Amino acid sequence: MELAGVFKYLYEQLAATGLPQVWVDIIALAVLAVVIFGFLALVVLFLVWVERKVSAHIQQRLGPMRTGWHGWLQTIVDAIKMLQKEDITPVTADRPVFYWAPIIAFVAAFLVYIVMPFGDGLIVSDLNIGILFILAITTFTVISLLMAGWGSNNKYALLGGMRSAAQVVSYEVPMVISVLPVILFVGSLSMVDIVQSQAQIYQWYVFRLPFGPIAFLMYLISATAEINRTPFDLPEAEQELVAGFFVEYSGMKFAMFYLAEFINMFTVSAIGATLFLGGWQGPLLPSWMWFLIKTFGLVLVFMWFRWTYPRVRVDQLMEFSWKFLMPVGFANLILAGWMKYSGWFNW
Amino acid sequence: MSTQGLRTEEFTVNMGPHHPSTHGVCRFVLTMDGEVIIKAEPVIGYLHRALEKICENRTWPQCIPVMDRFEYCTGMSTNMVFALAVEKLAAVEIPERAQYLRVIMLELNRIASHLIWYGTTALDLGAITPFLYAFREREDILDLFEMTCGQRLTYNYIRIGGVAKDIPPEFVPKCKKFLAEFDQRVDDYEGLLTENPIFIARNKNVGVLSKEMAVAYAVSGPSLRASGVRHDLRRDDPYGIYDRFQFNIPVFHNGDCYDRYKVRMQEMRESAKIVRQALEQMPEGDITARISAAFKAKAGEVYSRIENSRGEMGVYIQADGKSKKPMRVRMRGGSYNQLQVMPEIVKGHKIADVVAIMASLDIIMPEVDR
Repeated sequence: MELAGVFKYLYEQLAATGLPQVWVDIIALAVLAVVIFGFLALVVLFLVWVERKVSAHIQQRLGPMRTGWHGWLQTIVDAIKMLQKEDITPVTADRPVFYWAPIIAFVAAFLVYIVMPFGDGLIVSDLNIGILFILAITTFTVISLLMAGWGSNNKYALLGGMRSAAQVVSYEVPMVISVLPVILFVGSLSMVDIVQSQAQIYQWYVFRLPFGPIAFLMYLISATAEINRTPFDLPEAEQELVAGFFVEYSGMKFAMFYLAEFINMFTVSAIGATLFLGGWQGPLLPSWMWFLIKTFGLVLVFMWFRWTYPRVRVDQLMEFSWKFLMPVGFANLILAGWMKYSGWFNW
Repeated sequence: MSTQGLRTEEFTVNMGPHHPSTHGVCRFVLTMDGEVIIKAEPVIGYLHRALEKICENRTWPQCIPVMDRFEYCTGMSTNMVFALAVEKLAAVEIPERAQYLRVIMLELNRIASHLIWYGTTALDLGAITPFLYAFREREDILDLFEMTCGQRLTYNYIRIGGVAKDIPPEFVPKCKKFLAEFDQRVDDYEGLLTENPIFIARNKNVGVLSKEMAVAYAVSGPSLRASGVRHDLRRDDPYGIYDRFQFNIPVFHNGDCYDRYKVRMQEMRESAKIVRQALEQMPEGDITARISAAFKAKAGEVYSRIENSRGEMGVYIQADGKSKKPMRVRMRGGSYNQLQVMPEIVKGHKIADVVAIMASLDIIMPEVDR
């Protein structure tokens, strides 16, 4: 009995009550949304704690230790504190823009999970444009960052917002290019199809030499930039821009940005796991567990990056994207296309 | 869309005085074109405590605690430079053991200060981990200081005529243990940053300080040596017993942030070398010359200077020979000149480089504002 079965059973019970079909669908979807929201909230709480522990151990200290066993309650306590904080809006802020920015960031981060295959059959909706949908939705983040930067009416925030707009737009391109070889081989944009084409470990796209590893590395790099983490955390560069676009945010609005940030990290890891590491495919363990293992593995890689690298400068960031990643990505795409065409490595 | 009527505009950013990377309370008024700096104007004085004036109202020994606050990253050096000046005026003989203790403390303090610099430099470039690595070793040094003089920041240890206390018996073994590990630790630090491509990209050819400009602005210390001038007061104008030790003076020639980084990294190793020699040669004996607490310095004026971790640190004193207090005290800190050179070398760089340059020049504000 898999988790998918549970959902299916609930849906059937609901349908059996004799409600009109529309209502059944709405209730079912609402339940799913709440479940996913709860799951993501838990994931974020866990990730924040993991981040603190990982950073602490990289830096030869212990991290939170006082609240619960090895501080596992720390993020819950922090979240409670955050909820109690006063929600300050600067007098000079552009109120509607300032107000909606964190909500858009959060919704954009959340929407992606409509097409995320958590396990065998564990997917809200298997859209036939799955990966395209994800790439389109994640771009929404940039709008929220721009809104936050502009709406705060603060120079640091504006600089941060502008930086992030430039950054996310420039790294969107290599990210898409790094995903294209996979789509080329699968022949479908559906997330489920992508996972199912990687049934055996040698079929994982990361192991398909020579284009697979290159695409995967490119994906990792551009994803790091997409989610604004070190070495590409310029939009919120603490030492230069104090806190970048969310310098004026406090309380729950700040928490929403924070939440969105960690959800985004989980998202890009999940996409990476799905596209390159076989998604939920794996022996013995239930499929959703494999999905989580792979995703958290990638999350750890992102954390490892963050706590070891310095930050690049804004012009170097752009140069790296346009002058290095793009040519490499296109060459890789051509290579993959040629391989597909010539029929080599078509496992 | 027509671009007619659209224009770009310079804008002003106030960086500081409360900014995460201005190392204290320095304020820069930056005129920027997008991310590029057109003009940078340092505004100082936020940390002015009138230390020089305060000294005029205190007796000679009472000035030492004031000196601790002059430059709180290297409290030993500030004690030392004032003690040297007064000893010159009063012509006091310093016992041998005290001389060695002074050198040990000064060099350990230099290492501690460079460790702060290393940590904050990495932090300013966005790498957080090196900071905590550096502070682990700094902690060892501070422990050594604490067991010697009971203080961790404002030491009040080097006094007029010698030092305040003898070292406890467990000091030498603990110090030796620290030194034995230290080279390995510096290798660790270098492993984190020196060859890191991002670090190199952020520092190479950034904030180039030419030899001529460095000399013209009287920049001193590691920042000067990174611009190709071999000038180190420990060798060129030896004070205390520095002429007895073997050590190298690292010099690099590009004058960019990366060279300033390398100079300081090597200096830490050299300082460790000096401490090792001093520990071996240190004799037993008195730790302070006998002078009364209410002594009067002879009338006259004197300038003493030492090589601090941030350049030449000096104290100029006038004494009238009648009162128990100095008539006039004037302090010089290396950071002041390094800060003056900032507006020149940040022009045309990005805002992120301002942070990198300021970190690499190792400016700290108490020394600037006094």
